Amino acid sequence: MNTALSWIKAYVPELECTNQEYTDAMTLSGTTVETYEALDKNLDKIYVGQILYIEKHPDADKLIVCQVDLGDKQLQIVTGAPNVKVGDKVPVVVDGGKVAGGHDGSPLPKEGIIIKNGKLRGVESFGMMCSIEELGSTREFYPEAPENGIYIFPEDVLVGSDAIEVLGLRDTVFEYEVTSNRVDCYSVLGIAREAAATFRKPFVAPVVEVKENEERVEDYISVEVEDQDLCSRYCARVCTNIKIGPSPQWMQRRLAASGIRPINNLVDITNYVMEEYGQPMHAFDLATIQGKKIVVKRAKDGEEFQTLDGQVRKLDSEMLMICDAEKEIGIAGIMGGENSKITDQVKTVVFESATFNGANIRKSAKRLGLRTDASGKFEKGLDPRNAKAAIDRACQLIQELGCGEVVAGTVDVCAPLKELNRIKFDPKRINDLLGTDISEETMLEIFERLELEYHKETGDLIIPSFRQDLEGIADIAEEVARFYGYDKIPMTLPSGEATTGKLPFKLRLEEKARDIAEACGFSQGMCYSFESPKVFEKLMLSADDVLRQAVTIANPLGEDFSIMRTIPLNGILTSLATNYNRRNKDVRLYELGNVYLPKALPLTELPDERMQFTLGFYGDGDFFTMKGVIEEYFDVLGMNKKVTYDPNAGKTFLHPGRQASIIYDGVVLGYLGEVHPEVLDNYDIGTKAYIAVLDMPNVEPFATFNRKFEGIAKYPAVSRDISMVVPKEILVGQIETIIEQRGGKILESYRLFDVYEGSQIKEGFKSVAYSITFRAKDRTLEEADISSAMKKILNGLEAMGIELRG
Amino acid sequence: MKAKLEQIKSEALAQINNAATLEELNEVRVNVLGKKGALTAVLKSMKDVAPEDRPKVGQMVNETREEIEGVLEETIKKMEKAKREAKMKEEVIDVTLPAKKQIKGHRHPNTIAMEEVERIFIGMGYEVVEGPEVETDYYNFEALNIPADHPAKDEQDTFYISGDILLRTQTSGTQVHVMEEGKLPIRMIAPGRVFRSDEVDATHSPSFHQIEGLVIDKKITFADLKGTLAEFAKELFGEETKVKFRPHHFNFTEPSAEMDVSCFKCGGSGCRFCKGSGWIEILGCGMVHPNVLRMSNIDPEKYSGFAFGMGLERIALLKYEIDDMRLLYENDIRFLRQF
Repeated sequence: MNTALSWIKAYVPELECTNQEYTDAMTLSGTTVETYEALDKNLDKIYVGQILYIEKHPDADKLIVCQVDLGDKQLQIVTGAPNVKVGDKVPVVVDGGKVAGGHDGSPLPKEGIIIKNGKLRGVESFGMMCSIEELGSTREFYPEAPENGIYIFPEDVLVGSDAIEVLGLRDTVFEYEVTSNRVDCYSVLGIAREAAATFRKPFVAPVVEVKENEERVEDYISVEVEDQDLCSRYCARVCTNIKIGPSPQWMQRRLAASGIRPINNLVDITNYVMEEYGQPMHAFDLATIQGKKIVVKRAKDGEEFQTLDGQVRKLDSEMLMICDAEKEIGIAGIMGGENSKITDQVKTVVFESATFNGANIRKSAKRLGLRTDASGKFEKGLDPRNAKAAIDRACQLIQELGCGEVVAGTVDVCAPLKELNRIKFDPKRINDLLGTDISEETMLEIFERLELEYHKETGDLIIPSFRQDLEGIADIAEEVARFYGYDKIPMTLPSGEATTGKLPFKLRLEEKARDIAEACGFSQGMCYSFESPKVFEKLMLSADDVLRQAVTIANPLGEDFSIMRTIPLNGILTSLATNYNRRNKDVRLYELGNVYLPKALPLTELPDERMQFTLGFYGDGDFFTMKGVIEEYFDVLGMNKKVTYDPNAGKTFLHPGRQASIIYDGVVLGYLGEVHPEVLDNYDIGTKAYIAVLDMPNVEPFATFNRKFEGIAKYPAVSRDISMVVPKEILVGQIETIIEQRGGKILESYRLFDVYEGSQIKEGFKSVAYSITFRAKDRTLEEADISSAMKKILNGLEAMGIELRG
Repeated sequence: MKAKLEQIKSEALAQINNAATLEELNEVRVNVLGKKGALTAVLKSMKDVAPEDRPKVGQMVNETREEIEGVLEETIKKMEKAKREAKMKEEVIDVTLPAKKQIKGHRHPNTIAMEEVERIFIGMGYEVVEGPEVETDYYNFEALNIPADHPAKDEQDTFYISGDILLRTQTSGTQVHVMEEGKLPIRMIAPGRVFRSDEVDATHSPSFHQIEGLVIDKKITFADLKGTLAEFAKELFGEETKVKFRPHHFNFTEPSAEMDVSCFKCGGSGCRFCKGSGWIEILGCGMVHPNVLRMSNIDPEKYSGFAFGMGLERIALLKYEIDDMRLLYENDIRFLRQF
């Protein structure tokens, strides 16, 4: 909301402060000032001058030389403007003065433009006559200004006076951020009330007295509200003998400062009252209303209606319409109809000032895709008491500004007005909530400033109707705090029962995941939770893959963000691709983020959100590098059992010969592998890449941070190396299973130290060598212990078709 | 005999003195003290000595041996020391050659900021709690005093799934889940991912992170809220940080406020970073609205509380002076490596 400070001061006449003081004080009392702009910040030494005579420039066809009277002096000014004539009163900037911009209306320079005496084609010029653009505004807000020419003042302006002042530019426009609860502050009066309370100055509301003629409104119009659930009040007044013309300068200036273009007196008055009271108004041409009757009722489904912007709108039965005896003439609270539009020929107008159901207006505007200034105000839910005040104000202005006559009386169809809200004044409760010790008197003084009436007998505060936001004691406490000063409330720490700070186990596991991934050279990425359904094709998921069952967003930002991911790989692969395409070498990334698995589709209950620890890299490293990271992680989580890997992981997006399920204690915790070359192509990754995914909810039950010291071995270990020729299809994992199963209690560890396939080994076989270490906790092992264990192992291996080498 | 020993001794000492290498010294040891050495030979010849003289001769031999050994050891030590020093002289390196760095990954700036915030509040006795990202309308809006048809719902640009299921627009819903558990007092923070249908640009992302905090107990005051958040700000941005509370409006708190911190770049004197104001807006907060307490079956006559919420990305962007939010989700390693 933008408003000129001069307009606020009209209702708080004693208000005196600098722009910055106003900004700070208003913001600290809750009316946030976003920014402000002094309209005269780049205007200096500009006066009203009158052109005494004009000569042709001796050396330039397009220039003229003017003698200008500035009251106390006379100046020669050369100009190229085509529109000035002798006797015109014009704005003149003199030597050392400043204007806001150039005459072509291009963006205004930050510091303005300094004007100095100079020569134009050899003729001296002691200043410059200004166009409205040079004064920092436009013809939109000064409709009387000529196109491409010098601004010309009305004849009654005093020569030599301050032109900036005359133009209404000695003013500052403040932009406020009004919070959605303060419907009353979407109006100049609302802001002015806050300003008065903030600066402890009297608030002087406009005095509304309507001079009516002898006629009766009932003879002109009747109103019937069929759907009172959507329209709690409908006021109509009639003005006759309308004379359309420009509105006065002061009104135009105030509207312009609010960003509203002045049009004519009638339109300007409705806009002015909307700004001033926060109550949108509509004006119908009585001549277009059939049967002298207004009916407020819902539209019929599928009906069409042409709004006054010329567009044809499709209606439905939840939209409220303003109708006459025969037809619809406006969409309530949103926009009037083309068929009842005011023209310059209007003789009699019907003003409407109504209170519509906010939620209904909001939804209708949304369905129509038509959000107007009026609907924006209505949808916040307006005060029905304000509707009558506003319509009277509009009629007063019509009469006072000579725009027309006001017919006596108001047609007012009003549901019973809600009684004013009462809240029990409880100073102790307020102090308890704020942690303050504010006296009752101070509080009552604040309430007085806010127009909250204290009823001593009942102990109630009576809430004025424009403060719909004040519902209970907490709201009252905020009022006290705002005007006592948030900054004066002390700072304390909560007393009471001590609590223990905690990071839950799940989050500790994730923290460890980050630690290990980073220790292994992986950096943390973050990816979106939603993605495109095309991902399933890119990852080559089979048509019946359950992962294709995704939660779909009803109103996504686009197809690329339309489903909630069921698999975390797209994010990490896309990120790897980004890095690859930017020629970053050896990139290792990880991510911790949820996948969303629906229990049924369409969703009837919340999906299963499963945290996934996803790793991916390209460059230095291979499948076993990734395997190492997984095992390091399990180690940190105290998962000391052997991790097994099943090559039949069945992942379509991984290399069929280079993938494995990660199995711990019989449970699949995730998978890893080399990315399928076709998937690499789909992501434009031109090198091998490896990924691993751990499903954290499955990891969690196995993890523990408990540790137990097992002592340091006192007795020596004995190692034996075995070398064997193994059929190719046997996995070393199978050999290790044999070693573990048959090594007995004294088996301490084993280590693969060689795998070889090649010329010295017969076709279909590979050479594998292990070093196996034995140790007993309680004694030095004897040869017999070891040979017995080795024998068992060797027998087991031989049974698998493995040959031992000497 | 004595003369012989003297001779052996002086010869040995001369040889030791003349030896240039450890090998030569070793030779002396073998020749004099070894099994076949001169001194050993003397011992072997003890049988020719009269029995009564043997102890005396034995003593003399031992003294001679000790003397020679002493000198020998000392010389060896000296020589070894000289040798090691010579070797170290040759081993001089250029210490300004580049370091061999370990390959180490980097945490995402969001996470660094999140862990920082968590650390501060855990230290103050808060529990970290998570809630679902796909939520129901009730927890995201209604239980937070944003009833159906409330305009605030429109302001939040919600992604809807179906019926009353949506992507949460704020982490505040987690507070309701905790309040409903009914265990009091509550001191919790809820970090997490939230979603709003904003197009991606330098300052917006449809998916971002918030941290929400909640304290409920008997006699919790607005002054407690101010004190707690002032402490937090000092921890996060430095001991010198000042805070300013401005009235604001949130549906689930009353009174409500926004908190600014003194600009941590210029200290409050005004700079480009704080747009000249000296202050930076950091979070929203307030006293939990009585309606919110009531809906979660907490009696507002007995209990009160405060809540606060902040955007993690905002803190990360401010703290690390990142000028484009898109960088946070691109995962370019050259970006991540800077944290």
